[in-house]
Amino acid sequence: MDFTPDEMMTIAAARALSNDDVCFVGIGAPSAACNVARLTHAPGITLIYESGTLGTAPEVLPLSIGDGELCETALTTVSVPEMFRYWLQGGRISVGFLGAAQLDRFGNINTTVIGPYTHPKVRLPGGGGAPEIASSCGEIFITMRQSVRGMVETIDFVTSFGHGTGGEARRKLGLTTKGPTLLVTDLAVWRPDPDSKEFTVRSLHPGVSRAMVQDSCGWRVRFAGDLEETPPPSHLELQTLRDLYARTKAAHRAQGAA
Amino acid sequence: MTCIMSLGDAVAELIADGNAVAFEGFTHLIPMAAAHETIRQGRRDLTLIRMTPDIIYDQMIGMGMARKLVFSFAGNPGVGLLRRLRDTVENGWPNRPEIEEHSHAAMANAYEAGAAGLPCAIFRGYLGSDLRKVNPSIRTVTCPFTGEILAAVPAIRPDVAVIHAQKASRRGDVLVEGIVGVQKEAVLAAKRVLVTVEEVVDDFDDLHPNLCVLPHWTISAVCPVPGGAHPSYAHGHYRRDNAAYLEWDKVSADRDSFLGWMKANVLDVGPEAFAERVRPLRTKG
Repeated sequence: MDFTPDEMMTIAAARALSNDDVCFVGIGAPSAACNVARLTHAPGITLIYESGTLGTAPEVLPLSIGDGELCETALTTVSVPEMFRYWLQGGRISVGFLGAAQLDRFGNINTTVIGPYTHPKVRLPGGGGAPEIASSCGEIFITMRQSVRGMVETIDFVTSFGHGTGGEARRKLGLTTKGPTLLVTDLAVWRPDPDSKEFTVRSLHPGVSRAMVQDSCGWRVRFAGDLEETPPPSHLELQTLRDLYARTKAAHRAQGAA
Repeated sequence: MTCIMSLGDAVAELIADGNAVAFEGFTHLIPMAAAHETIRQGRRDLTLIRMTPDIIYDQMIGMGMARKLVFSFAGNPGVGLLRRLRDTVENGWPNRPEIEEHSHAAMANAYEAGAAGLPCAIFRGYLGSDLRKVNPSIRTVTCPFTGEILAAVPAIRPDVAVIHAQKASRRGDVLVEGIVGVQKEAVLAAKRVLVTVEEVVDDFDDLHPNLCVLPHWTISAVCPVPGGAHPSYAHGHYRRDNAAYLEWDKVSADRDSFLGWMKANVLDVGPEAFAERVRPLRTKG
């Protein structure tokens, strides 16, 4: 089956999640990946959205983190303070899945401003749950489309801390969690170097060249010595994702969303 | 003691110029009708506190009512950015309110501290984040037992909390169901509380004992406004109006179209307009 780069990105991200994970889900691409995992190889995964919905199993993808669909299909729904205190800060979440407007090579994320904070060129939504998701979850997966504007040498604002300037930066800050351990883009799968913590390309998606990855990334890309090719989406993975999108589109259209 | 009264009277009595006001509701049960009444009554110089400013504060900001904004995520959920908020921050139109920006964890903890009568909230947060460089209210404390350095933020103590809920009893007790967000904490942290509800019922005798109920003596005024959370939703009553969120992206893109929309849909109508807006979205009643 033919597939798009976005489909490959979502499916490659879904594969990184396991049946035993308790996953804090960001909206957008992370939400699609988490639900594909749940509907394929990880039926037992616990998905948590910051609106307080624990163990949710949406039939269709939510448009926001607080859609009624999440509450209706959840095991239980707790208040937002309880969500952030007992469940996130309490260390009960194994994986946080985030998107990024701007990202650097050490997995630091900016979702606050483009340009200076007091006079921004673009005022972005801000941190929301991400600053503490990034520090309190066992590890962090990041997924985003590659672009030279999005993947930059220096981000304008550190909303959510990744590996800082690399190396032992997290430990020096007193962080005991792993931080970003995976970056899945529309072109490649990246993992941090064990020592420097710089994101390094571990596998290229089918049909992608090293030059394509470098041309759409604002920092000088490092490639692993044993660079692999990402296995293409299986029929089941692709069908599951497409069915999910089709159900989502139909449901939101029926509810009046154009 | 709770009074069941009209929304117009409640806003006139409870919300004054210069107040710190928290309109809360986490994606769900957003008190839009109460915000529209506040806009119609022309309140000024407000400190607008809300975790997710959303369309509700985009409208109030665009109408020039904000002196200060306290928030943690300023987006149009599922759509993109808030264009009136962007215009105020990027271009100073129609004014340039002071910004106090937090994370969700900080604001949720700060409301809880307010409800608990504490001066500040302590939590593990903001580690490595630049937010602490741009927000002087973000400080640290050292745990006297372990030596761990923790984040501290001031408790949120609004003059007024405004929420929307599914139902109230005649006595004025209030039930919130579904995604309960941070409303209970906002209510208990505030000096005065305005609640709009979908319906008023005789009593709560048939409710499950563990539901989120706010006793009547914690609430200043209850105002029946069916549909009052539109375009957000009321679990068990009506769905989210996703089309309205998409439409807002276009309406709010331009100052003139924004002002025209506000005149036609807010200034020239009353709270009764909300019941009609949710009619096609109803799941019950």
